[in-house]
Amino acid sequence: MKALVWHGTTDIRCDSVPDPSIEHERDAIIKVTSCAICGSDLHLYDHFMPGMKSGDVMGHETMGEIVEVGPAARKSLKVGDRVVIPFTIICGECEQCRRGNFSVCETTNRNKDLADKAFGHTTAGLFGYTHLTGGYPGGQAEYLRVPFADATHIKVPDGIPDEKLLFLSDIFPTGWQAAVQCDIQPTDTVAIWGCGPVGQMTIRSAVLLGARQVIAIDRLPERLSMAKAGGAIMINFEEENVVERLNELTGGKGPEKCIDAVGLEAHATGSVDSMYDRAKQAMMLETDRPHVLREMMYVCRPAGILSIPGVYGGLLDKIPLGAVMNKGLTIRTGQTHVNRWTDDLLNRVLENQIDPSFVITHTEPLERGPEMYKTFRDKQDGCIKVVLKPGMNGGLHA
Amino acid sequence: MHDVVRRSALPGRSQSSHDKMARGLGYFSLALGIAELVAPGAICRAAGVKGLETVVRGYGAREIATGIAILGSHDPEPWIWTRVAGDLADIATVATGVQQDNQSKGRSTLALATLAAVTLIDLACANGLNAEKGNRKTAIRDYSRRSGFPKGLQAASGAARDFQIPDDMRTPELLRPWDRGGGKA
Ligand SMILES: NC(=O)c1ccc[n+]([C@@H]2O[C@H](COP(=O)([O-])OP(=O)(O)OC[C@H]3O[C@@H](n4cnc5c(N)ncnc54)[C@H](O)[C@@H]3O)[C@@H](O)[C@H]2O)c1
Ligand SMILES: [Zn+2]
Ligand SMILES: [Zn+2]
Repeated sequence: MKALVWHGTTDIRCDSVPDPSIEHERDAIIKVTSCAICGSDLHLYDHFMPGMKSGDVMGHETMGEIVEVGPAARKSLKVGDRVVIPFTIICGECEQCRRGNFSVCETTNRNKDLADKAFGHTTAGLFGYTHLTGGYPGGQAEYLRVPFADATHIKVPDGIPDEKLLFLSDIFPTGWQAAVQCDIQPTDTVAIWGCGPVGQMTIRSAVLLGARQVIAIDRLPERLSMAKAGGAIMINFEEENVVERLNELTGGKGPEKCIDAVGLEAHATGSVDSMYDRAKQAMMLETDRPHVLREMMYVCRPAGILSIPGVYGGLLDKIPLGAVMNKGLTIRTGQTHVNRWTDDLLNRVLENQIDPSFVITHTEPLERGPEMYKTFRDKQDGCIKVVLKPGMNGGLHA
Repeated sequence: MHDVVRRSALPGRSQSSHDKMARGLGYFSLALGIAELVAPGAICRAAGVKGLETVVRGYGAREIATGIAILGSHDPEPWIWTRVAGDLADIATVATGVQQDNQSKGRSTLALATLAAVTLIDLACANGLNAEKGNRKTAIRDYSRRSGFPKGLQAASGAARDFQIPDDMRTPELLRPWDRGGGKA
């Protein structure tokens, strides 16, 4: 089959690889109908996340049709079922899964010892996302093997286009959890850094959950225009001072809730701390660029909440923990517990409360995936979210 | 189908021909740098210059650093420009170090020609990488009608206010100064 394969820094290719097959009785195989490129994939593409090997198949936002089911998965799945696959592989039985903390499932990471070393304790296995989280082949491919398939799936009804359902795999629940864990009150101002796909979903979630005021921060005009369409006030961090503007919009008190939907590749125009981060990153003395984190910790209202869906990989420098401690801030973060939210979110899609397809700007055949990584990373052509379709001809834009 | 994306990448790849060229130059930098470090005398003889062994060693270190940077970075362009600057330094060094005997002159001329050719390759690569970054201004699109709310923004605002926040994500009542006037419900 065809699949997008990681070969090295910024080197992704559409290669022919062996078809997956059932390896374990809880497995299922799906024929992929749609998959997407995520901001998290860019951290692998740019090679800021350690633990990739040449030959790894990329992708963790995937949906399709079940074509084969292992004997132990037959109680919940059958050939022909239409499913969205969450990016977190879950057993559904361990202590964490039973609490709904799916992204830290204790069973599914087959490289537990690596993760134990890196993080202290293992987290869940993830599709197409480094050997620290199991090294499972991803879903930017024609077929995907789903381990623990009896638990690791979201069943979706027929008769609705893929585009409305695909993002249940990751960015929609990610934006939702980012907002939910802020415990939004009707009086709250919620500030959201980053208007990429995750930021866009977070804005919609914060609006649905009833924030008084939602503020979105980015520098790309097309992304800011989409944020505004979703009901956010825009701040362009290249043109305005973010901290000053946020204080202005909150009567000098700062936003109650701050969300980092940017992660470890944050930009900062000409600020001292960003030059420091870039230099240290180049010398491999620091793995991440935490400019956004610092800004949030500084501007957040005392007793407020910092929600961090943005991905970080390792060690961060110059984190103003003094501000966090003295202001009594709460930090909530994590990879998303996808299946904790998806039943409710699927209903919201079916009820037309939200249509997550608004974020798609490019639909392309799988073979063009590698080029689309570049287009998405470099924000060319107004690109915000890329959907790839195996077997499609030509391409569609915006 | 109407094709608006810049198709700079090679078919089925994320990298363009210039990305590949940059990698080639990265390996070239490494190889040359190692040669300059371990055998500066031979390099000097080949270029027809004398007494510059220490300088050549220094250049070797520079080449190795540039090579590592090119191969390790996700945007090699600035490092290719570093190579262009290095090429110019190399040319200046050979040009000022030319010896007067005919054999050396011949070697120096050949070395200068080679360096000029390498400079042109570096320039082509750096310019190519730069052009591929594209002109963002022409590509800005208008998404100001994409609310994502089929029933409109008004209807969406607060539509999920009745959502039950799970206990582990709720702030204890007493710690809600922003909510019910200081915590006492
Ligand atoms: N927690 C999870 O489970 C989860 C799931 C999916 C994605 N993610 C992470 O969420 C983050 C965002 O993902 P995405 O798909 O939207 O990626 P993206 O790269 O498209 O978006 C990032 C956005 O942040 C903006 N940005 C950069 N620096 C900024 C700054 N200083 N201030 C404000 N904005 C800034 C960029 O312009 C860009 O629009 C990534 O780190 C990704 O790995 C986490
Ligand atoms: Zn993702
Ligand atoms: Zn589990």
